[in-house]
Amino acid sequence: MSGVRDEVTQVGQGPYCVRCGDPIDAHEHLSCLDALVLEPPRYCAICRRRMVVQIVPSGWTAHCSEHGDLHGGNAV
Amino acid sequence: MTTTHSTDTAPGGADDTSSASSFALLAAAREQVLTGGIGLSEAQVLEVLRLPDDALPELLALAHEVRMRWCGPEVEVEGIVSLKTGGCPEDCHFCSQSGLFSSPVRAAWLDIPSLVKAAVETAATGATEFCIVAAVRGPDERLMTQMREGVAAIREAVDINVAASLGMLSQEQVDDLADMGIHRYNHNLETSKSYFPQVVTTHTWEERWDTLTMVREAGMEVCCGGILGMGETLEQRAEFASQLAEIAPHEVPLNFLNPRPGTPLSEQTVMPATDALRAIAAFRLALPRTILRYAGGREITLGDLGTRDGLLGGINAVIVGNYLTTLGRAATDDLALLGELSMPVKALNATL
Ligand code: SF4
Ligand SMILES: [Zn+2]
Ligand SMILES: [Zn+2]
Repeated sequence: MSGVRDEVTQVGQGPYCVRCGDPIDAHEHLSCLDALVLEPPRYCAICRRRMVVQIVPSGWTAHCSEHGDLHGGNAV
Repeated sequence: MTTTHSTDTAPGGADDTSSASSFALLAAAREQVLTGGIGLSEAQVLEVLRLPDDALPELLALAHEVRMRWCGPEVEVEGIVSLKTGGCPEDCHFCSQSGLFSSPVRAAWLDIPSLVKAAVETAATGATEFCIVAAVRGPDERLMTQMREGVAAIREAVDINVAASLGMLSQEQVDDLADMGIHRYNHNLETSKSYFPQVVTTHTWEERWDTLTMVREAGMEVCCGGILGMGETLEQRAEFASQLAEIAPHEVPLNFLNPRPGTPLSEQTVMPATDALRAIAAFRLALPRTILRYAGGREITLGDLGTRDGLLGGINAVIVGNYLTTLGRAATDDLALLGELSMPVKALNATL
């Protein structure tokens, strides 16, 4: 299912799952896909660094020191 | 394992004896709480928590009547923000912000312009409460300085009640926060006194209690609740409700455990919706006059339908938007739901 791969790697930005940090081929990441409805990403999809995540009531920013910022809003 | 608490009662056990005793219990609760305004005792709360599923609609209806009678139809809306995230030295087993677990949450500080922006956006939703939270054992100098600057900047920008949750406080810090105009202080007991040592080992329940006492004496409103579904028994849940009733907090935020990766409770089973709803109603019947707020975990435990049931079963306050480390629904979704239920959003009172 390319949907899962897209979602957990920020649309194929890199080889890692942004929720659990594991390589995309390591397991199915179905629970990661579910969890990402209610969680911001924690790992950079490109380099697997843990990102610095700041959440505010209306949105969130996740920062990788190497690969910059991601932004998002509320639960989807 | 600790999941047996949800199966204490025969599910849907509608034999004549059990429905007769459910009826008697609810009738007695109606008289005592709805008419008399006297909260249920610990033993009574336990009986309520043991009610069979088929008594749940009637239980929720009674809790809703109690809320309408003793609190009114208004719903208090709040936004929360994390001023300092992660890296906490404490070991609360549910918390992804403890620095002692291998949680993916990294430490972060919010800058003051972003704090003010969050307060302004929160006020724009119609919320009257903005709570500033820090993941700390208690505040240090740096945090108190940030608070002083942050609260002053918020006051310049927008009219909203500012609350805080900064862990355990010294008397001096209590006085400083009251002086800054913090109108309500959140400090959760988290769970019953008897279960607390299973959940936290780096400080005691009694230390938390002491902070709450100081907060009250300084004239700030006390906000004190906790998290359900951490493996506590029904007895301990009832114990917790009665301990909260003893403090008589202005507000009780109810969280439902959302098991966080890397924490000691990461494998805990999510509390079933029926248990969560029974608990909401039971806490309302133990605390007829308190502001009973949906805090974290309702999305996972209750979903959309259950969220509505809880608002019609004793809840009269919500956190809108995102939480501290997880996401919540957009404020507009919850406000639309309140509109559908004809529940007005509480306005800022004129004496602010
Ligand atoms: S004190 Fe607060 S932030 Fe720290 S581990 Fe406990 S719940 Fe988490
Ligand atoms: Zn994953
Ligand atoms: Zn990166």
